[in-house]
Amino acid sequence: MPAAIEVRDLHKRYGEVQAVAGIDLVVKAGEVFALLGPNGAGKSTTVEILEGHRPRSSGDVTVLGYDPETGGRRFRERIGIVLQEQAIENQLTVTEALRVYGSMYPHPRRPAELIELVGLGEKATSRIRTLSGGQRRRLELALGLVGDPDLLFLDEPTTGFDPSARRQAWTIVESLRSLGKTILLTTHYMDEAQNLADRVAVIAHGEIVAEGAPDTLGGRADASSLISFRVPSGPIHLPAGIEVSPGPDGVIQVRTPDPTRVLHRLTSWALDRGISLDGLTVTRPSLEDVYLELTGGEE
Amino acid sequence: MRARPTLGRLVWQQIRYQNTIFWRTPASAFFTLVFPLLFLFVFTLVFGNDDIPELGVTTAQFYAPSLAVFGAVSATYTNLAITTAISRDEGILKRIRGTPLPPWVYIAGRIGSATYLAAVAATIMLGVGVAFYGVRIFAVSFPSVVVTFLVGVGCFAALGMLVAAIAPNGDSTPAIANATLLPLAFISDVFIPPNANAPSWLSVIADIFPLKHFVVAFQDAFNPGVVAAKPSWLDHFQWDHLGVMALWGVAAMVLAIRYFKWEPRSGERTGRRRRRRREPVSESA
Ligand SMILES: Nc1ncnc2c1ncn2[C@@H]1O[C@H](COP(=O)(O)OP(=O)(O)OP(=O)(O)O)[C@@H](O)[C@H]1O
Ligand SMILES: [Mg+2]
Repeated sequence: MPAAIEVRDLHKRYGEVQAVAGIDLVVKAGEVFALLGPNGAGKSTTVEILEGHRPRSSGDVTVLGYDPETGGRRFRERIGIVLQEQAIENQLTVTEALRVYGSMYPHPRRPAELIELVGLGEKATSRIRTLSGGQRRRLELALGLVGDPDLLFLDEPTTGFDPSARRQAWTIVESLRSLGKTILLTTHYMDEAQNLADRVAVIAHGEIVAEGAPDTLGGRADASSLISFRVPSGPIHLPAGIEVSPGPDGVIQVRTPDPTRVLHRLTSWALDRGISLDGLTVTRPSLEDVYLELTGGEE
Repeated sequence: MRARPTLGRLVWQQIRYQNTIFWRTPASAFFTLVFPLLFLFVFTLVFGNDDIPELGVTTAQFYAPSLAVFGAVSATYTNLAITTAISRDEGILKRIRGTPLPPWVYIAGRIGSATYLAAVAATIMLGVGVAFYGVRIFAVSFPSVVVTFLVGVGCFAALGMLVAAIAPNGDSTPAIANATLLPLAFISDVFIPPNANAPSWLSVIADIFPLKHFVVAFQDAFNPGVVAAKPSWLDHFQWDHLGVMALWGVAAMVLAIRYFKWEPRSGERTGRRRRRRREPVSESA
């Protein structure tokens, strides 16, 4: 499969601010790719360069075979954009907006179908100014899809969505994936990246600090697990060779690369003594843990 | 599968959709269409509707064409400048730029819609003049009226786009547009009939700018004395006035294209656009 997006050594500078400082990126066709990173990391700048909204300072960028700066009409017919900032004509109705914007594309999707898809059925004939924040955001998503794009850019698409709307948006992304569309999204929701993305990249200070599948990002797959539990108060002696550290609220934590063996020893030790290990859990570092580690807990 | 939409259809659709937006913004509709009528109403009330001695035409015969021009200029210059700059602040221009719509089609749609509104404003003014104030329209000068209208409106649409292009943001645009238009209107025979006692340098200044040329060409076409002196409809075209307006229009268009921006000025990113709530990382996987 050819790459949908290829970026080599991308730089972008706004006056004194180096917003993007040498990014390399390849997004394969049909892939869902998520950019994570703290506020001001350079995610929107990168995405907007790929969309053709901003000129780059230097570097090579190819999107669907076009240079976004010069791709023009044919390039824009094949991409869909949901910007981070909201902007829709307040005076139009939902259906009108979808019709007007749809008419700019060769193969527009029908307004009614899109309204259904994003769950705005009751608002089809309402003026946009009367929509709630989340409803506007849903309309923005519908507008991103209106040209039936091959490649969709979603800059924080679900910020402001209620939980069920987010699930709905995820379903939409899943269905686009199954149609073979390519999606580049940014998000601050780790569960969103975990659930949607085939691959993620973490950006900090304009550079990619880690890249990979959500499950393996930053060595997550081989990272040690965390076993935590509570024991009745009083002096107890855990089996030798298990390194414990006190957690919050009297919880005992054990960090280990080999949870199977440690758990076995712990539970047999507890059974032998008739002690119960309350609230016993085994967790691997979440994507959020890895993320916070990588970005130095900046946010 | 439908083919790529034709440019003609796209322009037509943009005009229609800009019109829809205009009619759904009551404040600007009132200002553009009704406000000049109030002037006509007040002037005829204050001065009566007899002949103005220096000019030999009735108050309404003088003011209806003048205010028709004023309405047309409000619909293009003021209105286009303000709405375009606000749309940029709101990020709508940026959204448009991300679609396959050729940028010039969008601009053409805005200008086409403004031209249509200017025609509506001028027609209402002249219609009310004819219906209620005995204003006369002359067939022989009407071709000149139409051509003068189109050239003038084109000129002021270009100037409006230039103001939108160089204005720092939408909030300052009404001030810029009004501070340039209103003083000029006062020295360009729109509100005050030409007066022999006025210092001549004032009319020299007014002659430099396009508004007076638009107004005078219009007034002449509605002046019975001037009309009687020119039997052929061709004689009514005033090439000097048209030329000055065309020159201003072309220069404004070149500069507007040169400086036009689709994104809000940087540093204005929190302006009119709604900022969505920022949430920190949450809900771990
Ligand atoms: N138009 C601009 N002019 C000047 N500086 C800018 C501009 N746009 C972005 N920046 C700066 O570039 C840096 C990266 O901004 P960007 O919007 O790409 O961040 P982001 O990763 O999308 O952040 P967020 O999560 O807050 O959306 C920031 O320091 C920002 O202040
Ligand atoms: Mg951003």
